[in-house]
Amino acid sequence: MNRLLKHREIWLALAILLVVVLVTMRFSRFSQPGNLLTIFNDSSILMMLALGQMAVILTRSIDLSMAANLALTGMVVAMLNAAFPGVPIPVLMALSLVIGAGLGAFNGVLVWKLNIPPIVVTLGTLTIFRGLVFVISGGAWVNAAQMSPDFIALQRGVFLGLPVLSWFAIVTAALFYILMTRTALGRSLYAIGVNPTASVYTGIDVGKTKFLAFTIAGAVAGFCGYLWISRYVIASTEVASGYELTIIAACVIGGVSIAGGIGSVPGVLLGAIFLGVINNALPVINISPFWQMAISGAAILLAVVLNARGEASKGRVILKKAEAGS
Amino acid sequence: MTDTSSYRTLPDRLDNPLKSAVLSWESLLVLVAVAIFIVNSFASPYFLNAWSLSDLTFNFTEKALIALAMALLIISGEIDLSVAAIISLASTLMGLALQYGADTPVLVAVGLGAGIACGAFNGFLVTRLKLPSIVVTIGTMSLFRGISFIILGDQSFKGYPASFAWLGQGYVGWVISFELVLFAVCAIIYWVLLHRTNFGRRVFAIGNNDVAARFSGVRVDKIKFILFCLTGLMSGMAAVLLTARLGSTRPSIAEGWELEAITMVVLGGVSILGGAGSIIGVVLAALIMGLVTFGLGLLNVPGIVMSIFTGSLLIVVIALPILFRMWRQRA
Repeated sequence: MNRLLKHREIWLALAILLVVVLVTMRFSRFSQPGNLLTIFNDSSILMMLALGQMAVILTRSIDLSMAANLALTGMVVAMLNAAFPGVPIPVLMALSLVIGAGLGAFNGVLVWKLNIPPIVVTLGTLTIFRGLVFVISGGAWVNAAQMSPDFIALQRGVFLGLPVLSWFAIVTAALFYILMTRTALGRSLYAIGVNPTASVYTGIDVGKTKFLAFTIAGAVAGFCGYLWISRYVIASTEVASGYELTIIAACVIGGVSIAGGIGSVPGVLLGAIFLGVINNALPVINISPFWQMAISGAAILLAVVLNARGEASKGRVILKKAEAGS
Repeated sequence: MTDTSSYRTLPDRLDNPLKSAVLSWESLLVLVAVAIFIVNSFASPYFLNAWSLSDLTFNFTEKALIALAMALLIISGEIDLSVAAIISLASTLMGLALQYGADTPVLVAVGLGAGIACGAFNGFLVTRLKLPSIVVTIGTMSLFRGISFIILGDQSFKGYPASFAWLGQGYVGWVISFELVLFAVCAIIYWVLLHRTNFGRRVFAIGNNDVAARFSGVRVDKIKFILFCLTGLMSGMAAVLLTARLGSTRPSIAEGWELEAITMVVLGGVSILGGAGSIIGVVLAALIMGLVTFGLGLLNVPGIVMSIFTGSLLIVVIALPILFRMWRQRA
């Protein structure tokens, strides 16, 4: 099993390499270290969000509200910064984590205590969170001039040759790697996805674990809210609109099974980088950015077809015969 | 995403039919609809007026057409997130046909044909390649709308003929719009299809247990394929009506409609896990969402704030019966 997983990630890494090589043939400066680091930095927020989403998808759930959570938390933090420029940035960052976790926990409680299917819950909170952004901001924007210089500068700082934003992604990835491979919670997330009924018998509180997964995803989304706003220096109702599906796409391309129980941190990181490379490559090779959406759609379909071939279950021969006869 | 913790149990005897009718989801929806209707009439002096009520129907008919087919698809245990993208692609292709001088019948054929083709593509990926529909349709959602962006970029198609515009703006008689009549006809067809035919029984059977259905001789894949094609067809139909009503095509047309259509279906009492639901419920849910958004619109509430109400409505309407059951069990 482990070998198979490694296998899939290697294929994805090769696919990324192939794209980089092909683009470099057209435009030699594409693969210079500086540009590759830019691509990594550009993909950082998506990587973090996709890791949070993975924790949820592993438990056979889905969080459609992450982008709306990001927009809402980002708006709150941006408005606080505009109103009280004196509040130190680390406080705002901690606040974004807490608000995001709170919104995620709200999803989690509905899934845990009321047993409402996650897709319904997060479909509802997606529209609620997005609407609240408009309500608290009155539809107004918070722009660069209203934000304090620190608010904008922090993630752009360079530490050991890498932008701080990239470091956030690296630290988040390390934390998720430890969570998934070295903690009981991580094992529970996988166990629930593989077999919820068996998990109950082994003493895992399925509802509570799902709740924790949603809270983690929410905390990541909230934190990315601060990062997103300070990176693109604009907070509006439309921030990251439709991005929830890009996050899921990164997971799927990275080999996370939507049926739960399968997925790895390196895979998800590669999935996010793959989308980042595509987005960076298109303008370089003079393809209109309008192609971007169709290409990422095709990439998702290709990835899911390849994943399914790897996951194809053995057994149930009798059913296959019945199927062939129909 | 099916939850194995909720086993269906067979009761020793069925409830009194009258009692179960009164306590049914549909009667709850009727109550909600009537309540919103009354609140609206008091809240705005412009609400109780034949033309206002006619305008109200334009708010939901197009989405509700999709919801009808989506209901069957969700009952069978699948989902289609690409419906709004299908509208975008179908509308773009109609615009393209217009550039080559196509007339109204050709435009309609292009719209419906594009819808069916997109639905068949989804159906093929799900049933032949055995892929989960939620992922497939997230992919095709980007693909279909992406193709519209490739064709149109930041441009738009305009100049649809008047006979085409009538489909989205015209009235059959007095205040009854063509869209409303079409929706009523489709609702009846889907009601018959789901509740009065073998096909409908099989859709329920697949949703409850597709392995058992397969062993009972139901052609699961074929039926699911047909359901995807139907959802595509209804999206194409919505594309025709919406394009005719707006009179122009942009790649971003109908953005976010997939979530609204699914909200209608779930609000209508269709189980997102498959196997249960009714067309009457979906029609009532569509009416409720139309009433809410129109009523709030008369009160000058911006669209984005309305979405808070629809989102809350979705969660509250689903949570209330669950809370009620928990409270009754504890008492």
